[in-house]
Amino acid sequence: MNDPAFIPLDSGDLLIAAGLLLLAGVLSWALRLDVERRLLIAAARSTVQLLLLGLILHSIFSTQSLWLIMLVMSVMLAVAGYEAWSRQTRRLKGWWGYGTGALSMLLSSVTIALMSVSVILQPTPWYHPQYLIPLLGMMLGNTMTGIAVAMDTLGREAWSRRGEIEARLTLGEIPGAAIGDIRRASLRAGLIPIINSMTTAGVVSLPGMMTGQILAGGAPFEAAKYQLMILFLIAAGTAIGSASAVLIMSHRLFDARERLRLDRLK
Amino acid sequence: MASLHVTGLKGSGIGPLSLQVGAGETLCIHGPSGSGKTLLLRAIADLDPNSGEVALGDMRRSDIPAHRWRREVMYLAPESHWWADRARPHAPQWPQDMLQALELDSGVLDREIRQLSSGERQRLALIRVLVRSPRVLLLDEPTANLDPNNVEAVEQMIMDYRERHAAAVLWVSHDPAQRERIATRSRRMQQGQLQ
Repeated sequence: MNDPAFIPLDSGDLLIAAGLLLLAGVLSWALRLDVERRLLIAAARSTVQLLLLGLILHSIFSTQSLWLIMLVMSVMLAVAGYEAWSRQTRRLKGWWGYGTGALSMLLSSVTIALMSVSVILQPTPWYHPQYLIPLLGMMLGNTMTGIAVAMDTLGREAWSRRGEIEARLTLGEIPGAAIGDIRRASLRAGLIPIINSMTTAGVVSLPGMMTGQILAGGAPFEAAKYQLMILFLIAAGTAIGSASAVLIMSHRLFDARERLRLDRLK
Repeated sequence: MASLHVTGLKGSGIGPLSLQVGAGETLCIHGPSGSGKTLLLRAIADLDPNSGEVALGDMRRSDIPAHRWRREVMYLAPESHWWADRARPHAPQWPQDMLQALELDSGVLDREIRQLSSGERQRLALIRVLVRSPRVLLLDEPTANLDPNNVEAVEQMIMDYRERHAAAVLWVSHDPAQRERIATRSRRMQQGQLQ
């Protein structure tokens, strides 16, 4: 971090960037786009959350307590589960709605983050929070979006195409066949963002992590390798997480007698 | 040769009720709208949560997976739904003689579903059911959107099928004249109960 190329930010720098955001808010208000409130709340949330995280990470890095790290990871997972749940319009009732998303993120993000520190990066100790926590954050942020989009698509499509699904059931198809098209469409919807970002990475967009590393003075080629690893992990995680979420949720949309149970959605 | 036995069937809005339809028999159900006729057929096909004993001959519904039950006991909804753009992929085959009998030219299979009239869709939906050779037909107003000569053709096709396959037919019909033509027996439904 004391590389001469690293330029620390002071609060004035942040204020300039925040001023631009404020301008966007004023624009939204003047044009009655109705997003200024949400924009400001989201900006305030990210300010508080990121600054707090910066402070907390500092002390976690110095303690390296496994229990503390697990606690932080659990909180991250719990919040990600809630976010994925709240972004769906037709979601499963009860704990299934929250649980399906959270479990899928546990299966994808948490396991992949753990695997990548223990097998690929191998810091000492393997749970060193400087590697584990940012990796998990990256994984959760991305799989959360994929899972939320996939589950949202599944819920809305199953709701609006119930006639089709039931027509197939009445003709004697099994639930997996009756909802197969919708399942595939949902999975595709969840995966398209990460596929697009892999496609344009380096040509149109410089992904956030690589940008950050370069701005912080890292060597571009090293940053590119890191970014590649992250992209692969994210893509794999999104695929695994979305697939598991879609499978669990579509399974839940039928009961033991293979009836379509849209009453389990709200 | 198997008859349909329904004993103590209870679902939301219907029952408990019992009925039997023998092989080769047509039981007509009529009654005011909202009396539960559609719910009755859906419950027998196990499409909505319900309880009670339903059997086809000595095959009990609870002993086999629901999709296998529905292949034998097939429900024809009043409004047909299609999952592909065209009709052709919705059935393993579309026998020429059936299409002809219902005055459908074979081009109808490759036209877009939403360009077809509701009557054409309804007749195609009937063929889609019959080519799967179920042993019980649960028909929910199968002639509602048809003009008179098509009504007759559809009735004839269902009666032929019933004869040839010794099928049991449960037919919801509003029209007293139609019931006169097709029913072996008729029962009236009111407030979820059969009378």
